[in-house]
Amino acid sequence: MRIGVLAGGRTPERDVSLRSGHRVMTSLSELGHDAWLLDPADAPLVEGLRARRPDLCYLALHGKEGEDGTVQRLLHLLDLPFTGTAAFECEIAFDKVLAKDALRRAGVDTPVWAVVEDSALRDLGAGAALDRIVDRVGLPCVVKPSRSGSALGVTFVEHATQLPAAVMAALSFSGAAVVERKVEGTEVAVGLVGAELEALPAVEIVPKNGAYDYAARYTAGATEYFSPARLPGDAAAEMTEVASRAAHALRLRDVTRVDALVDADGRPWVLEVNVSPGMTETSLLPMAAHAAGMSLADLCDRVLRSTLARS
Amino acid sequence: MAEFSIDRFVDRYARRTQGMSASEVRALFAVASRPEVVSLAGGMPFVQALPSEDVLEVVRQVLDEHGSLALQYGGGQGHVALRERLTTLMLEEGVAGDPEDMVITTGAQQALDLVGKIFIDPGDLIAVEAPAYVGALTAFSAYEPRYLQIDLDDEGMNVDQLEEAFVRGERPKFVYTCPNFGNPAGVTLSYARRQRLASLCREAGVPIVEDNPYGMLRFEGEAIPALRTLDPDNVIYLGTVSKVFSPGVRVGWALAEQSVIQRLVLAKEAADLCGSSFNMLVTERYFAGDRWRVNLATLVDTYRARRDAMLEAIGETFPDGAKWTNPAGGFYVWVTLPGWVDTRAMLAAAVERRVAYVPGTAFYPDGRGTNQMRLAFCYPTEERIRDGVARLGALLADEGQLYRSLGG
Repeated sequence: MRIGVLAGGRTPERDVSLRSGHRVMTSLSELGHDAWLLDPADAPLVEGLRARRPDLCYLALHGKEGEDGTVQRLLHLLDLPFTGTAAFECEIAFDKVLAKDALRRAGVDTPVWAVVEDSALRDLGAGAALDRIVDRVGLPCVVKPSRSGSALGVTFVEHATQLPAAVMAALSFSGAAVVERKVEGTEVAVGLVGAELEALPAVEIVPKNGAYDYAARYTAGATEYFSPARLPGDAAAEMTEVASRAAHALRLRDVTRVDALVDADGRPWVLEVNVSPGMTETSLLPMAAHAAGMSLADLCDRVLRSTLARS
Repeated sequence: MAEFSIDRFVDRYARRTQGMSASEVRALFAVASRPEVVSLAGGMPFVQALPSEDVLEVVRQVLDEHGSLALQYGGGQGHVALRERLTTLMLEEGVAGDPEDMVITTGAQQALDLVGKIFIDPGDLIAVEAPAYVGALTAFSAYEPRYLQIDLDDEGMNVDQLEEAFVRGERPKFVYTCPNFGNPAGVTLSYARRQRLASLCREAGVPIVEDNPYGMLRFEGEAIPALRTLDPDNVIYLGTVSKVFSPGVRVGWALAEQSVIQRLVLAKEAADLCGSSFNMLVTERYFAGDRWRVNLATLVDTYRARRDAMLEAIGETFPDGAKWTNPAGGFYVWVTLPGWVDTRAMLAAAVERRVAYVPGTAFYPDGRGTNQMRLAFCYPTEERIRDGVARLGALLADEGQLYRSLGG
């Protein structure tokens, strides 16, 4: 098949995406496909697609545009099949404000949260309600941009006095900040792949400096990983079940990664889902695939078959 | 169960690599390199001003006249013809030196690394101006020093602080300063302070590392004598052609007394045997004759106009409470904002508005500078500078509104 691998783009995750894209392209070539990289920041995407006419697009874009439904909607318009979740569901999954609500409605546990919107602060005096947020969410808490990835703009808050600065930092990346209770526990990621979104073994994340921040994610050696995660039997099964429920509730397709915390009682709390999980050397999904005995090429093949089965 | 190590050599690396990690700021710069973003971040010289026929001519000359020399290894100290040429170039700034007391390095950046290599043992104290050139900090940090930070003000390094440290009995291995329109602050060390710094360091037996990449890019006023001229024996002087010719040829140098130079040459040979003969000879030819003066005058005029555009735009668009330096040369304006501003967190919003800068924390070894930023005027056109600064000014106004809405 002729496959355009979309990677790069104009987001802070550009470099990560290019690394993901290169690895996907190499794997697809190993599988015998004619695959090439398309970087929407290099040349206008529509022209690039018209010039080389791929049969299908493999999405390895991370961050806004690539994961928020924008590219998906465009490819749909062009009648080009693409890997992963459809535009509307991407939009929900990528936005933590919407995704957390959707998860809660589906009965999936996600840590207690509140939302601070830029416009509410500027126009509605929402700043006066910050103390309510602290009351509801509790301390310590985590402040995140609602629409961003790779832990960019994320701050851990111990004291209420740190909250305004943390909110401003998150709003630098996105129009809304999610203030979330900090759940203590084991950090895990569950990859799901294929037409039925089968769960791969969970990966346990142990950052050496305590926080799984940007540096911990992309500096080789800064984090230790274990797969399958070192969870008691019941908790592992429960985690897999919950991840699967989360993915189905958000109507995700082909491939996804669910990030969660498992607390001391073995209860999983879903933090977020990713519609375009990283495929770099330090990414969690390829690790999970490896633990399941799959190569990166096997993983890409599963994604591709799932996409083709649909179209 | 398998334990995954992303990097199978992770337990093998030296301790000094621990500070080298992926960063959010670097991730944002990947976006900032897009053409629609006005980058006030990078300190790239405006090499487009260099007539390519001038360069072509010297390259041809080198190959015609010294072909076999240019394509061969050379000595670790660097070609003597270039060292002689550079001593005459330094005289333009009143710095006298003997070609024997000089080693050619791969840009002044390598000289910083070599200085670190021959002076710093792990845990040694070194004194640096604060803020300081980030490349000097990364070069020195590989040798695991402790830092004594000496604040800057409009007259450059606050020498009183250094004196207090000496009185306390602190004896840093050396004092690092970039005294002319320094990177990042753009300030110039006053003559009175130069004299005091030189005599303090002489009395304390502490050498000075004088980094002077920008000295010849003076827009106005009289040049101030180099520290090297005040106490030649106690000053290791670093120069470069990056800002007056081309950073692409990677030619810099160190001028110091023989004992230091001999160690630097040995360290240089251990690092890379010798510099690029070809580039050294091209550089030598470029500074023969007078064409470089014409080109330098063009560059100075260009940078002056860009500095003016930047200062004017900052004055017009930055909110109350912002303070900035007024550089008489070089590449940079240093901005200090109200304490609540976090320039690192704000960078994402700035890039979203298509303007980039370097957050202040990069220029301190200890995480200070959260409310500061470096703005470079060397590369974008005056119009782009005005646009970029105006976008930053609007962003700062919006951030102020947001801050107040959060009860600040």
